[in-house]
Amino acid sequence: MIRTAASRRRSRRWAQALGFAALSAAALLTVIPIALIVVQIFREGWATLTPSFLTAFPTNGMRAGGILPAIVGTLWLTLGTAVAAVPIGLGAAVYLSEYAPDNRWTRAIRVAIINLAGIPSVVYGLFGLGLFVIFLRFGTSILAGSLTLAIMTLPVIISTAEEALRAVPNTFRVVSTSLGGTRWQTVRRIVLPQALPGILTGVIIGLERAAGETAPILFTAAAFYLPRLPGSPLDATMALPYHLFVISTQVPGMPVGIQYGTAAVLLIFVLGMNAIATVIRSRARARRQW
Amino acid sequence: MKSANRLGEVLITRLIQITGYSAVVFVGLIFVFLFGEGAPTLREVPLRDLFSSRWYPIEGSFGILPLLAGSLMVTFGAALIAVPLGIATAVFVAEVAPRWAREILKPFIEVLAGLPSVMLGFLGIIILAPGLYTVLSLPTGLTAFTGALLLAWIALPTIVSVAEDALDAVPRTYRDAALALGATRWQTIWRVTLPAARSGTLIAVMLGVGRALGETMAVMMVTGNAPVLKIGLTALFSPVRTMTATVAAEMGEVASGSAHYHTLFFIGIVLFLISLAVNLTAASVVFRQRTRAERVLS
Repeated sequence: MIRTAASRRRSRRWAQALGFAALSAAALLTVIPIALIVVQIFREGWATLTPSFLTAFPTNGMRAGGILPAIVGTLWLTLGTAVAAVPIGLGAAVYLSEYAPDNRWTRAIRVAIINLAGIPSVVYGLFGLGLFVIFLRFGTSILAGSLTLAIMTLPVIISTAEEALRAVPNTFRVVSTSLGGTRWQTVRRIVLPQALPGILTGVIIGLERAAGETAPILFTAAAFYLPRLPGSPLDATMALPYHLFVISTQVPGMPVGIQYGTAAVLLIFVLGMNAIATVIRSRARARRQW
Repeated sequence: MKSANRLGEVLITRLIQITGYSAVVFVGLIFVFLFGEGAPTLREVPLRDLFSSRWYPIEGSFGILPLLAGSLMVTFGAALIAVPLGIATAVFVAEVAPRWAREILKPFIEVLAGLPSVMLGFLGIIILAPGLYTVLSLPTGLTAFTGALLLAWIALPTIVSVAEDALDAVPRTYRDAALALGATRWQTIWRVTLPAARSGTLIAVMLGVGRALGETMAVMMVTGNAPVLKIGLTALFSPVRTMTATVAAEMGEVASGSAHYHTLFFIGIVLFLISLAVNLTAASVVFRQRTRAERVLS
């Protein structure tokens, strides 16, 4: 009787060891390809990353030269996305966290946000084409592309900013109100500053996604090739992710070095924004007093 | 002075309220514009043709079944890989991994979530497809399977992070009680923690599948772009064309207002409705759970 209990305990321990081994194998299988991707792109793209690659126009049908217009285009699109998405997203987050009553209308807003987050990126592209390019006559332009990307980015900004606002302890609001502060004064002077690092993190992560997107700008902003930099928000533009798509599928006889170089620049963009977000978050967490 | 202040307060409150409802407005606008541009298809293309198995727009054949089948096959393949892998990874991160391992794994998964899909598509073309072509000795490396493999890793961050949140939300006391009754940690995970987190895990799976179904660039680049209706195991290893890829590949070349143009918007409607269904279900689970928790706690 005692032996069976002991052996059962032993077999249970074996089952646990096996199970944990399987789980850690799964985690490794998830993560290792990511490391391989990053290493591969930098290893193959490193040699291409010269100053002239970053500051020159493409030549010889993109098969030589640099990617300056694509870099500049992605910067403009990201900036435009930020200008459109941050005020609206932040306002919506403040509304949901500080003003909204708990009723069915507020619930409708939440459902709408969940839905916006799930709509396929190419459907955003169709929507941007219909509304901004054709109906509002912005044409294929930085403006149309930025607005499309902004709407796509909204759910990320709203939900992370709301989370950051809600994390501010309620006592802060109570004290401010008891000193005679109105609700907006409380939000502006007390809650927003306290939540700022969390909000910034969310904004950067949202913009990081937008900067890497291709499908939404495909019919709203992207140009295959432009011999000059965009001069106004109503110009079409080249963009890094779209350029990577073009040179890996549409141009025959493309040198691999330039493909990897373009991918590396895009990766630096994305990882850089990710790193900034991480630093802001961890520094705020270390300094926080509540 | 005081009344000016009060006016400012009223204005700013209105403004915040308006931005608050922006998400609802945008969902409405998306709905209106997709239907406005996509509904004319129903007049121009007979329903029988629309749901036929021949997609050949140059000759006026707009059968979306091959595209639907392509999307479903690639998504199903991706889910087959990503669901078990994602849930196992989430369980590892939330329940098993020591702190240092968690601190390494979580940023990695965040990076994966931020990798542009066009970059994965590029590596798919240049490494994965030639690799599969050689290893499996296929006629081409650009197949539904290649797409499913890539998509699995695109869906993984969603599944892992949502499922991990669900596991984290299970009260400590559940685990303590199981362990105090003599269960091993392994038994606790399978019999207590995971069942307690099952609705959150289900949401994770749904959102992951939704993500895979809507993915465009990576899938367009590696699945070979052949809009033919094939079903079965051989179809998995031959080229396909998804709905998303069709819209992305063809919208640039159609005349605005043509039947082809309207049909591409119609495909957009189908994609929109599928994602709406997935997300409404997920949202209803979230809300149901919250109200149940409120009942229990009050």
